[in-house]
Amino acid sequence: MTLIDLANPTRFLALTARILPWLAAITAILLAIGLYQSAVAPDDYQQGATVKIMFIHVPNAWLSMFVWGVMSLAALGTLVWRHPLADVAAKAAAPIGAAFTFLALVTGSLWGRPMWGTYWEWDARLTSVLILFLMYLGLIALWRAVEDPSRAARAAAILTLVGAINLPIIKFSVDWWNTLHQPASVMRMGGPALDRAFLIPLLVMAVAFSLLFLTLHLAAMRNEILRRRVRALQLIQVAQASQRRA
Amino acid sequence: MTALGALITRDIRIALRVGGGALIGVLFFLTVVVLMPFAVGPDLALLTRLGPAILWLGALLASLLTLDRLFTADHEDGSLDLIVMSRTPLELACAAKALAHWLAAGLPLVIATPVLGLLLNLDALSTSAVALTLLAGTPALTFTGMIGAALAVTMHRGGLLLAVLVLPLSIPVLIFGVAASQAAITGPSSFGAPFSILCALSLVSFVIGPFAAAASLRHGLD
Repeated sequence: MTLIDLANPTRFLALTARILPWLAAITAILLAIGLYQSAVAPDDYQQGATVKIMFIHVPNAWLSMFVWGVMSLAALGTLVWRHPLADVAAKAAAPIGAAFTFLALVTGSLWGRPMWGTYWEWDARLTSVLILFLMYLGLIALWRAVEDPSRAARAAAILTLVGAINLPIIKFSVDWWNTLHQPASVMRMGGPALDRAFLIPLLVMAVAFSLLFLTLHLAAMRNEILRRRVRALQLIQVAQASQRRA
Repeated sequence: MTALGALITRDIRIALRVGGGALIGVLFFLTVVVLMPFAVGPDLALLTRLGPAILWLGALLASLLTLDRLFTADHEDGSLDLIVMSRTPLELACAAKALAHWLAAGLPLVIATPVLGLLLNLDALSTSAVALTLLAGTPALTFTGMIGAALAVTMHRGGLLLAVLVLPLSIPVLIFGVAASQAAITGPSSFGAPFSILCALSLVSFVIGPFAAAASLRHGLD
């Protein structure tokens, strides 16, 4: 089964119908394990119990960027290979990515209040993630503004690729500028700076959230394919009705 | 080369004639700056402090206002289709159009800055710093805005969408433009670092803008 085989929406629907229940079950189990582990993780000696916000905040923040990366790959698929499912993948990912970005911003500001003494600070990391959120919203607006789905897909693909410039800026903003937000402590040269007691629940949560994204994304893609079929059927019906009247 | 030169002169000529609307941007810039003292109060010390930010914001909004002109008129009278189909590479044609647009609509904003600086009680050094940063930064606004203009022209009623798509892309330009002018006026930090980043943003937009705009025109206008 290659990527080309998946271009057939019917085959894609059949495959995902078989995979999705398992995927959802694994996601639920991993989320339960991750939440339990983060609940019993020890308090930080400095931050106290608020350190547990990290287990939600960091996976959301990672996924907010990862989803834009997935959409950029889908955009390449739309523009270069004209892959029919790439349009669907890009469209289905945008609202999910916006939700992850929003959750990252909200949990971050809830964590910032007790730690930094403010809900919001205009530092480089926070500002660049806010820009990412605005671009998600602009992209969704673009998808909704064009009626023809394949034209909307090409316009959105170009905007997605232009917006991908923001991803390295977000990633390296904490190194380039002297910011309030702490620098990377997991994915860095010389290994993670995090204690194992925090690192393991965090990684479990990261995997669980990635699977959650995968589940939601596949389900949203199925919905989008079915929605397009319903629309096509409706158009055929209208055409037949007007033919009969003529 | 002659085709691109002809395109630039044509666009500038259309923009400057009656109905071209290039100078409306300057008028809008003036209006925004005049509105500010009414909003924050006629406190000259405060206006001096906010001056660079007000000028940058005004220039950003004014350049956004005129962006719609970049492709819409050509799309309506059909010459955009001729440009897309012509033998000149579309990327170069887009770059030429953006350059013409900047000369007709962006450069007047820079020239108007010293006059508007007087209204905000800025001294000569501050005014020249703001004008210099605008000179380096407004091309980036035009060239990134062109992407939004090209996306908007391929769909009907794209006008409002244009602002939503373009404004997030222009935030970095605004940040470093204001940072550079503030550094020149008051700041202990150096003028060079943010100004270099501002120039870099302009250079990057010269590369990305024409390619993205050409791609969206090619895919959208069928």
